[in-house]
Amino acid sequence: MIELSSYLIVSAILFALSMAGIFINRKNMIILLMSIELMLLAVNINFVAFSYYLGDTAGQVFVFFILTVAAAEAAIGLAILVVLFRNRRTINVQDMDSLKG
Amino acid sequence: MDFAIPNYQVAIPEMFILAMACIILLVDLFLTERTRSVTYLLSQSALLGAAVLTLTTFSEGSQLAFSDTFVRDAKGDVLKAFIYLSTFMVFLYARSYLQVRNLFKGEFYVLGLFAVLGMMVMVSAHNLLTVYLGLELLSLALYAMVALQRDSIFASEAAMKYFILGALASGMLLYGMSMLYGASGSLDLSEISRQITTNQMSLVTVFALVFIVVGVAFKLGAVPFHMWVPDVYQGAPTAVTLFIASAPKIAAFAMMIRLLVDGLSGLQSHWQDMLIILSVLSLAVGNLFAIAQTNIKRMLAYSTISHMGFLMLGVLTGSSEGYAAAMFYTISYTLMSLAAFGMVVLLSRTGFEAERIDDFKGLNERSPWFALVMMFVMFSMAGVPVFLGFWAKLFVLKELVHAGMTWLAIVAVIFSVIGVFYYLRIIKLMYFDKAEDKSPIEKNLDLHFALSLNGVGILAMGILPGSLMALCISVFV
Repeated sequence: MIELSSYLIVSAILFALSMAGIFINRKNMIILLMSIELMLLAVNINFVAFSYYLGDTAGQVFVFFILTVAAAEAAIGLAILVVLFRNRRTINVQDMDSLKG
Repeated sequence: MDFAIPNYQVAIPEMFILAMACIILLVDLFLTERTRSVTYLLSQSALLGAAVLTLTTFSEGSQLAFSDTFVRDAKGDVLKAFIYLSTFMVFLYARSYLQVRNLFKGEFYVLGLFAVLGMMVMVSAHNLLTVYLGLELLSLALYAMVALQRDSIFASEAAMKYFILGALASGMLLYGMSMLYGASGSLDLSEISRQITTNQMSLVTVFALVFIVVGVAFKLGAVPFHMWVPDVYQGAPTAVTLFIASAPKIAAFAMMIRLLVDGLSGLQSHWQDMLIILSVLSLAVGNLFAIAQTNIKRMLAYSTISHMGFLMLGVLTGSSEGYAAAMFYTISYTLMSLAAFGMVVLLSRTGFEAERIDDFKGLNERSPWFALVMMFVMFSMAGVPVFLGFWAKLFVLKELVHAGMTWLAIVAVIFSVIGVFYYLRIIKLMYFDKAEDKSPIEKNLDLHFALSLNGVGILAMGILPGSLMALCISVFV
């Protein structure tokens, strides 16, 4: 029997990795999208683990909704990425500096 | 297992908006460029219809539906009514702007209506799941709207920044929700509230609270989670900025009330401290950075940040009068911001955005009436007496002093006085500087009429603030 805390630690590590991916990454915008997906998956692990140990299915239902929304979010994110690439011919994070003040 | 038929009556306005959005999406396919106005008229009638449905079935008590995930109560109904009103105004103001820029497409209206649906779900949420779904429906529609101008470098960059930071905020909020679910064993907001007050609250709940406050602060645009606000406001087409700056603020306020007050009132002493830090930082950064801006949309973005700081001051008092003052602030801020961005829309024309503060130079020579309307709006945002913004600030400050946080009220007043500078600068440019560009303002009857009404409304509601305030108090007490 794996303890609840093990799941929570895995999920916290994944969450921290995804945050690091968003803040440290200075090169490729697709890595940002991947980090966001990873963040949602970390949350899903949390929900499933809690749901199992509490004996309550509501958490697992929540996971289905998060997965669905994540799919929609990825679609919109990639669409914006394509538009951005068409306009600027680059998806380098450091080049995103035309708006400032 | 029993399958009770849900009480659909409770969510009639939501279902109406959903049906209308789907119908408009279909109808729009069969329209040509010349008959596109049908989409516009249908969207406006959808908002009117929803307003009628909400107001005719208005009731004082609260009703739960759909396994208690959805609640309908007086404060929700009032907030929804203002969401319809501000979206209606946005569609009205944006029409000519979109037409001359070849953006007058069905997508703008369909996405706008789906965003309205998202906001309505957020306002009526009674479960962590509905909070999340409403928020995502709103955010996804807004990301797409910012990117609507596909050939603009600025719009696509703004959309990307908004998307990344918005998704990050949702991730944080979700992580907090998962922790809260683990600690309380339920997704239902009143059940969570009961668990926190009866049981010893654990470290996990406070941990969850931090993430939830961060998520809410991101969506409101409070410092230090404000990075997206200036970039998105500047980069998005003005018609979309107008939308982002108005109705979603009401929804964000509702989300804050649902999560922190309805759900986590037992942790009030904890979130109060967090909100104090957030609001003082927002007031400072918003007002100081706004002074340095040369782009009016960016300046108004920093002004939004400072207004959000003020709004949180009302919520952190933790009293129902304080929440009512914050609600009054949200509604009056929405009306002022509609008028301010409406002025930017009014001055823009084909191939010219009127984004620079200098574009307001000598407006008095070009149109004395709209210079006066802009002066009303700027005075109101600055908090000059008799205008609506003054009462909004005054009610929040009064509740702060009542709650024994006089020092915070003093800090807020000091930063507001600093903020008066950049509002007065616009008035100075309009009245005392020579116009660089003498072209007359384009004739556009409905925009002119609505904007005048909005400006005069700010003054009229400032002279008689009593009824709106009484309404705000009645829904909370």
